[in-house]
Amino acid sequence: MRRVSLETVFGLIALLVVGLVLSGGAATAAEPVPGLSRPWEIGMQPAHSPVMERVHEFHNLLLVIITSIVVFVLGLLGFIIIRFNARRNPVPSKTTHNTLLEVVWTAVPIMILIVIAIPSMRLLFFANKAETPEMTLKVIGHQWYWSYAYPDHGDLTFDSLPIADSEIDVKAGQVRLLSVDNPVVVPVGTQIQVLVSSDDVIHNWAVPSLALKKDATPGRVNETWVQINTEGTYYGMCSELCGVNHYFMPIEIRAVSKEAFASWVEEAKQKFASRPQPAVAAAQSSEQ
Amino acid sequence: MAYGAAVAHDEHDHHPHGWKRWVYSTNHKDIGTMYIVLALIAAIVGGVLSWWMRLELTEPGLQFFDGETQLYNAILTAHGFVMVFFVVMPAMIGGFGNWFVPLMIGAPDMAFPRMNNISFWLTAAGLTLMTLSLFVGAGPGTGWTVYPPLSSLAFHPDASVDFGILALHLAGAGSILGAINFIVTIFNMRAPGMTLHRMPLFVWAMLVTAFLLLLAVPVLAGALTMLLTDRNFGTAFFAVAGGGDPLLWQHLFWFFGHPEVYIIILPAFGIISQIVSTFSKKPVFGYLGMAYAMVAIGVVGFIVWAHHMYTSGIGVNARAYFTAATLIIAVPTGVKIFSWLATMWGGSIEFKAPMMYAIGFIWLFVLGGVTGVVLANAGIDFALHDTYYVVAHFHYVMAIAAIFAMFGGWYYWISKMSGRQYSEGLAKVQFWVFFIGVNVLFFPQHFLGLAGMPRRIPDYPDVYAGWNFVSSVGAAITVVGTLMFYYVIWHTYRYGKTVSDANPWGEGATTLEWSVPSPAPFHTHEELPVIGPTGHHHSKPAE
Ligand SMILES: [Cu+2]
Repeated sequence: MRRVSLETVFGLIALLVVGLVLSGGAATAAEPVPGLSRPWEIGMQPAHSPVMERVHEFHNLLLVIITSIVVFVLGLLGFIIIRFNARRNPVPSKTTHNTLLEVVWTAVPIMILIVIAIPSMRLLFFANKAETPEMTLKVIGHQWYWSYAYPDHGDLTFDSLPIADSEIDVKAGQVRLLSVDNPVVVPVGTQIQVLVSSDDVIHNWAVPSLALKKDATPGRVNETWVQINTEGTYYGMCSELCGVNHYFMPIEIRAVSKEAFASWVEEAKQKFASRPQPAVAAAQSSEQ
Repeated sequence: MAYGAAVAHDEHDHHPHGWKRWVYSTNHKDIGTMYIVLALIAAIVGGVLSWWMRLELTEPGLQFFDGETQLYNAILTAHGFVMVFFVVMPAMIGGFGNWFVPLMIGAPDMAFPRMNNISFWLTAAGLTLMTLSLFVGAGPGTGWTVYPPLSSLAFHPDASVDFGILALHLAGAGSILGAINFIVTIFNMRAPGMTLHRMPLFVWAMLVTAFLLLLAVPVLAGALTMLLTDRNFGTAFFAVAGGGDPLLWQHLFWFFGHPEVYIIILPAFGIISQIVSTFSKKPVFGYLGMAYAMVAIGVVGFIVWAHHMYTSGIGVNARAYFTAATLIIAVPTGVKIFSWLATMWGGSIEFKAPMMYAIGFIWLFVLGGVTGVVLANAGIDFALHDTYYVVAHFHYVMAIAAIFAMFGGWYYWISKMSGRQYSEGLAKVQFWVFFIGVNVLFFPQHFLGLAGMPRRIPDYPDVYAGWNFVSSVGAAITVVGTLMFYYVIWHTYRYGKTVSDANPWGEGATTLEWSVPSPAPFHTHEELPVIGPTGHHHSKPAE
């Protein structure tokens, strides 16, 4: 009986390993999308903006620090469990104070925190605002889609709606829960000021690989910025609970060359001009 | 002997029997027991809700909530509220606090026994309203944070949110009254010689917790009232159109909400300190440091609230301040961890079930603590805010850690409460199943969060399928571990060995509750014990 159950366990482990390998293989076979995670990922998405590069750097530092702390503390705990169990150490000591030790375990964490706080502040202030923004993108959250406006490009405005699961075209590279009908197109290598707001409840405009995450709050315009390094598609999801379809409110950014962006703007002006009025205005007028 | 005689006398004469004994109870032990039973019932509610969510998340796609995602949102709201307000707080504060604060300080009961009764019944009424809110209209799909405008009348037009608000009002009123009761009891009813600096750390923990409740819950109550009038009487505290501000709610909510997490974890600190000291057979290392670390955590806990709001649009200088203030909390927290280790160092450690849970608590708290140090940084919040990394973090450091302390506390004190001892073998198996379950459940969620998976979603992109499946397997193991705990309870009451010794744990158990018989008689410390001058641990009361 015992043999059989052991074999079952090994069988299951083997199956898990094969599964891991296969899923890893599948991920590499598919067309690479810069702004999408991979199956069984255990880390952050690759960085494609200056802010995210710094987030990576900072997180790598933090990861070393917190892993060392965990290894040290849990190692100590393990040692204590082995060394001071009642069998090995029948007579307990009566030590209850050690001033030096107490000073050390207060002071050392403070020093570690200072090591963390300095790069943390640098990152925070760097990520806060674009120094010299070359263009502005306005993002408005709605239940449950996003709309985008380009005030520097003739107030080009359009809605970006999610694509239902049944309509997803995998061959065209569409991704379930992440692809939209009209991705927001921006030029690479351009400092973009992003202004985020909402016309109903609070949403959050977030793209992990670009370190973008800002609340879209009604009555308030929040500012963030992005500069995308490489051409490609970047996905994100609404990151503040906003109601029934919160899970289905994707963000898809398509970063293209500056020339391609310029011609896209012209096309888009034609394409979206045919709409009687942007949905934002439509929604507002229907409420009144 | 004197105690035995008193027991027989009391059992027959001095308290009502039948339902009146419980409904009208003014006895701290009976009320404590009722709180624990309430928590055990609420834990089934909160647990079923979480397992339902985990079942949905086992694989991509909508399995159970297709077209019913509002129900999913309502369930995640109720899960949070029930676990925080009706499981952890009642069990730790109302349950163990009521039972053991008077016993540990040598007081005959709580200062205001009738207020104690109303505190309990307000909490029970709150749980009822909270459960009902799920069945009213579409349910409160707001998350436990209840952010307006989502929680406003325009987006939650039925009464479910009002039910939730009133549930929290009731539970909050119960908590405030309970807090006053603990503060007055601890300040005024300590036995002669039981100075503040000799109180067991569990009592210190309850004292600090009571102050946090007293200062934080009224702020929640105020905010809830404003939301209630916004919804029902046309005010516009949080409505932009009327000149209000949704961010005002967030500030008020988190001014309460951050201390709330310490309200949950400080009693756990207290329980863990008692257990570690008992089973290491050593007094707590650095007692004063431990007590004042809790005070420091309580104080600093009030000035870090906006670290929950890094992406809300607050200014960069505010974020810098809140980052720095939040990081500071790691210092007193480190003092706690190192002092527990130092208490065990040189000890003669007995690995009974309570101690297993205490060590498990340290494991969880260290893992969850270091991710807290990561999340404290506003700069990294662009990547991690509102992802599963946060879910993993707070379940480790607060939710599951608190449950470990509760399980540990139950195993530690059950012989005192029931006069029966649990089965060590069953308890060990229960511990390992539960320990493995929660780690398999929550550890992979760090990966999901780092990879960018948002929280509070019933369906997720297919790339996140792998770790979600593992997490759900962990949830299944946790279900087994949880059911085993209920079985252990039943087994203990039915078959547990009768304990008549005052102290089943031996030389390490030095606090006053181990000087009264088991089960603790209806009335204890009717003659005040006298605490000797030898350090912070008591000498036995004069016979
Ligand atoms: Cu949204």
